[in-house]
Amino acid sequence: MTVAAQELRASYAFVERNINLTRRYWGWEVVWLLYTIANSLAVVFIARSVNSAVGADALSKAQIDQVVLFLAIGALVWHYISVVFETVSDMISWERWEGTIEYTFMAPVRRTTHMVGTSLFSLVYGLIHTAVVLVIIVLVFHLDMSRADYVSATLVLLVGSLSLIGIGIMGAVLPLLYPERGSQMCHVVQAALVLISGVYIQADKMPAPLAAVSVVSPARYIIEGIRSALIDGNGVVDLWKTLLGLFLCGALLIPLGVWVFSRGERYAKRAGKLKRTG
Amino acid sequence: MQPSADSTKPGYQATVSSRLQATLEGRHALVVEGVSKVFATRPGIVARLRRLPGGGKRVVAVDDVSLVVERGEIFGILGPNGTGKSTLIRLMSTLLSPDAGHVRVFGYDVVQQEAEVKKLINRVSVEASFFKKLSPMENLLFGARLYGRDADSSRRDIVAILTRLGLDGRSITSPMEDMSRGMQQKVAIARAFLTAPVLLLLDEPTTGLDPHSKREVQAFVREIRDVHDATVLLTTHDMQEADALCDRIAIVDSGRIVALDTPAQLKKLVAGLEGAEPTLEEVFLQLTGKTIEEAEKEAVA
Repeated sequence: MTVAAQELRASYAFVERNINLTRRYWGWEVVWLLYTIANSLAVVFIARSVNSAVGADALSKAQIDQVVLFLAIGALVWHYISVVFETVSDMISWERWEGTIEYTFMAPVRRTTHMVGTSLFSLVYGLIHTAVVLVIIVLVFHLDMSRADYVSATLVLLVGSLSLIGIGIMGAVLPLLYPERGSQMCHVVQAALVLISGVYIQADKMPAPLAAVSVVSPARYIIEGIRSALIDGNGVVDLWKTLLGLFLCGALLIPLGVWVFSRGERYAKRAGKLKRTG
Repeated sequence: MQPSADSTKPGYQATVSSRLQATLEGRHALVVEGVSKVFATRPGIVARLRRLPGGGKRVVAVDDVSLVVERGEIFGILGPNGTGKSTLIRLMSTLLSPDAGHVRVFGYDVVQQEAEVKKLINRVSVEASFFKKLSPMENLLFGARLYGRDADSSRRDIVAILTRLGLDGRSITSPMEDMSRGMQQKVAIARAFLTAPVLLLLDEPTTGLDPHSKREVQAFVREIRDVHDATVLLTTHDMQEADALCDRIAIVDSGRIVALDTPAQLKKLVAGLEGAEPTLEEVFLQLTGKTIEEAEKEAVA
């Protein structure tokens, strides 16, 4: 068996394990999905309340529908980013919680293989989750999606995920180095990423400091790309610059993430932090 | 469970391949040379900000330990809790880097040639750590894939090994959280065995088990060495277990080896009470000047 085949098999081990865990925790999965749907709907309902909030017909129905779609995409991308980022960065905290971390890190598997497997699962899981929420939002708000280009939107999401995976891998070093609070630190990173990326507001309309920082956030370009595909109907050709930029960003961030993680792992081995109880 | 001749029958072949056997021929299974490990805790943030003296703590877990384990041995590291046995095992299993010295597994350095070492070893720790919601089959299949095994043959071997260890079909596919600790520990041993380790590291594998389960695990350890050509390194604070299982024993106290020999030779170091053969407990007392309980209290302090 070639090294590549062996690594692929080992990589699939993480996908299969996570599928099994999702199946065994099905009750929690249902709760999580309902929570996400409720959260997303709550945000999107804001658009419907604009006229009543200002006490006048400030926006026409068409404009309200546009705001609904704008917010819905923000909510969906927020959710997708959360799922991908959390799945990747939780790969350490979950194993520490279950007590299996020593066995996984003792296995003859490259850390890249470990992360590729976890990331593959996070992409598929995130896409399925997001698609379910999208369908429900479309049905509840009777959104007109006739102009939407789903192919380019999906492509932006997938290519953009490379960067999220890179950042997630970097984030995973936090629970490795800080057993007690590392997981919460990951949530702070995730929240900051979402804040600066213009989820519910166009990034360039944010306060100047945030707008300036948002330039380096790949999540900003994911959100803008998807809005462009679903609202304006732009196709792959129209979005090639966004796609290329996201790809290059991912190509930079994934190796950087692996490097940061391997440095963290080396330190954890020196400091004795690579153990179940922290 | 009794070790028997028919345990070699088809069902699982967790033995070292002939190619690997040739590669490892003539090498020591394990060489530990002058290894030390110190853990330092940093003072709290308030103490650091106010530049208060003290606060940080320095614990010498392993202090200049050297030993050689030959292939096919069952080697015991005996000592009270908190004297560095588990730290030693973690150093051997690539989970911890030594501050000084070297650890070599069949000639491969655990720091410089980590990937090679990982292919040769597996470990069972005092806590049987699993994904509790997953079944033994799901947990073990995950482990087998990590070691490059294919799913079909792994599934067959998992059923064979677990059945051999006394698990029925239903237990094999039910969540681990429904199983007793003894059963979970058997699954942990199966997980290690499934990957056919050349060096098996057992960190207090029978602690907390009932006498029956303890005997079963001990019989399986012997079988792993006798039938499947593995070298076993075992840590324990159970003197009787060390006496019954190990070919040689290193007695450790405060991170240092205070004696290393066969159980019979160790016992010769002290005269037994009223002419009876001394126990390893008496050997420990003679060598360290304290009982196991006193040494444990000291380690905790």
